[in-house]
Amino acid sequence: MSTSDPAPLLSPRKAARGLRRDTLPAMTMAAPAALGLLAFVVVPFGLAVWLSLHNVRLDSPTPPGWFGVEQYRRILFDPNFRGEFYRGLLNNLVFAAVVVPVQTALALALAVLLNRPLRGMAFFRTFFFMPVVFPMALVAVVWKLIYARDDLGMLNAFLDTASFGLLGPYDWLGNESTALLSIIIMSIWQGVGLQMVIILAGLQGIPGDLYEAAALDRAGRWRQFVHITLPGLRNTLIFVVMVTTILSFRLFDQVYVMTQGGPQEATTTVMYQAVTTAFDANNVGRASAITVLFFVIVLVVTLVQRRLLREEREVA
Amino acid sequence: MSATVHRRTHRRRAQGRAGRAGAYLLLTVLTVVFVAPIAYMVIGSFKPAGEVIDGLSGFLPRDLSLGNYTGMLDRFDSPATGRFSDFYLTSLIVAGVVVLGGLVVNSMAAYALARLRWRGRDAVLMIVVLLVILPFEAIAVPLFYLLNDHRNTYYVQFLPFVASAFSIYLFYSFFAGLPKEMEEAARVDGAGPWRTFFLIIVPNSKPVFATVTILSFLTAWGSFLWPVMMVDQPQRRPLPLEIAVFQGQPPYDWGQIFAFGVLMVLPVLLVFLLFQRWFVQSVASSGLKG
Repeated sequence: MSTSDPAPLLSPRKAARGLRRDTLPAMTMAAPAALGLLAFVVVPFGLAVWLSLHNVRLDSPTPPGWFGVEQYRRILFDPNFRGEFYRGLLNNLVFAAVVVPVQTALALALAVLLNRPLRGMAFFRTFFFMPVVFPMALVAVVWKLIYARDDLGMLNAFLDTASFGLLGPYDWLGNESTALLSIIIMSIWQGVGLQMVIILAGLQGIPGDLYEAAALDRAGRWRQFVHITLPGLRNTLIFVVMVTTILSFRLFDQVYVMTQGGPQEATTTVMYQAVTTAFDANNVGRASAITVLFFVIVLVVTLVQRRLLREEREVA
Repeated sequence: MSATVHRRTHRRRAQGRAGRAGAYLLLTVLTVVFVAPIAYMVIGSFKPAGEVIDGLSGFLPRDLSLGNYTGMLDRFDSPATGRFSDFYLTSLIVAGVVVLGGLVVNSMAAYALARLRWRGRDAVLMIVVLLVILPFEAIAVPLFYLLNDHRNTYYVQFLPFVASAFSIYLFYSFFAGLPKEMEEAARVDGAGPWRTFFLIIVPNSKPVFATVTILSFLTAWGSFLWPVMMVDQPQRRPLPLEIAVFQGQPPYDWGQIFAFGVLMVLPVLLVFLLFQRWFVQSVASSGLKG
């Protein structure tokens, strides 16, 4: 009866009844996903911490023994092991330090270019976005050939032609000084389209009359960009920067396919080491310690970035 | 005076024309940069092996044939090598279950979190938000240890990815933004949470379902780290893992490797090109919720 009342003002008792009525279906609805996250995310993460404090090897029949913080001590301080870890971390940091600003700036430039009211923009957008639908493993295979070392490699042949024989050939992936850079360029090529469309959506959310008013005030293109476009995109850019930073630390597929961390650890990453330690060396304990450290790093970077970017937002 | 105005608009128009020509020139150069690697792969897949790594003439459509495609399919023709259809089937099963299962369980959970009142809701919501920043990489090793007895199965490849904190978060943001009146009418008519969800909320939430479908499909279809750890049997390898293995085993037949690559990306590329406006909009909207 009372259910047909128009606009029912819920009395506390009715609200309580509503609460009880929702609880069972709500929990049933949330249960499958909650159980999945519990079983495949929360428990494994707890296990990672536990495993990192034990000496666990897949190939050994002896049960895991308590190891304390020995794994962490070895990874971080032992001269025999620490070099590799810090090199991987450094590579991750270099990757992030280049990819985050360059890819974001490039995506912003492409988005601004495509946002002009010219014909055929959807056509160009399609091409810039296309690499995003390619699996990274496939992209890495194709680019491995583009980077092929002799003068028949695609990039070397192009540079040779463009510079009238002055440049190259280079061993892009085989040389310590160019290997990581090569992976960086390829990753930007694959990823920039995704950021571009996110920024493009952000651009379209900026009211057009702001630009009209600025044009009436005779503000030039650049001033419009600095005073209207950038502030209007602040939240979008913060999102893009944070997502790209985390992606930089997850770097794995490209390295696995193209260089296996070489030459001379020039492209090894924290994740690459975690996998090879668990898999090739069968050392699950140490690999777990690496992934725990990996998560701590990602968490710290995220928190620091969030704080910095939020302060900037408040200042402006 | 009218003459100066006239001259100025004239100059501006000329400037606009020059600017437009410059923009198109820049866009064309950029298009070449973005398309060249893809064109290289597609053209190379139709060329004899010796002519794929051949400098800039790798782009020349010469001596084209389907030889690489038939050769590649012949190469993968036994249980020992795995058949090409096996790799495809694995990728389809994994991506299919992750996407469809994920749509159901994650949207239901998000609805319960966004629209229903129940004890423990705030705690669950907080855990989900925390889990969004926990990358899969951080739990890959213990999961590998935990599920080591289930290597080379299909289910071990999809189960860890069905429930996704990120998908729940996307659904949650969308559902939280829907107008309250929408479901109140249904609730007043006596519909419970289940009916309200399936009859009112789901039909009105197509954009977020599209976004989650595309993002989770691209992730599942390209999934690499987890199969590297869990699959060594050729018949159960998904496409990205197999192409990585294929390109690392001599004799290197780059024409065939590119043919494999073309077939592996073709369906995704076709869906993208056919529905590209919708596709791009769906992906782009994931950034606006952040």
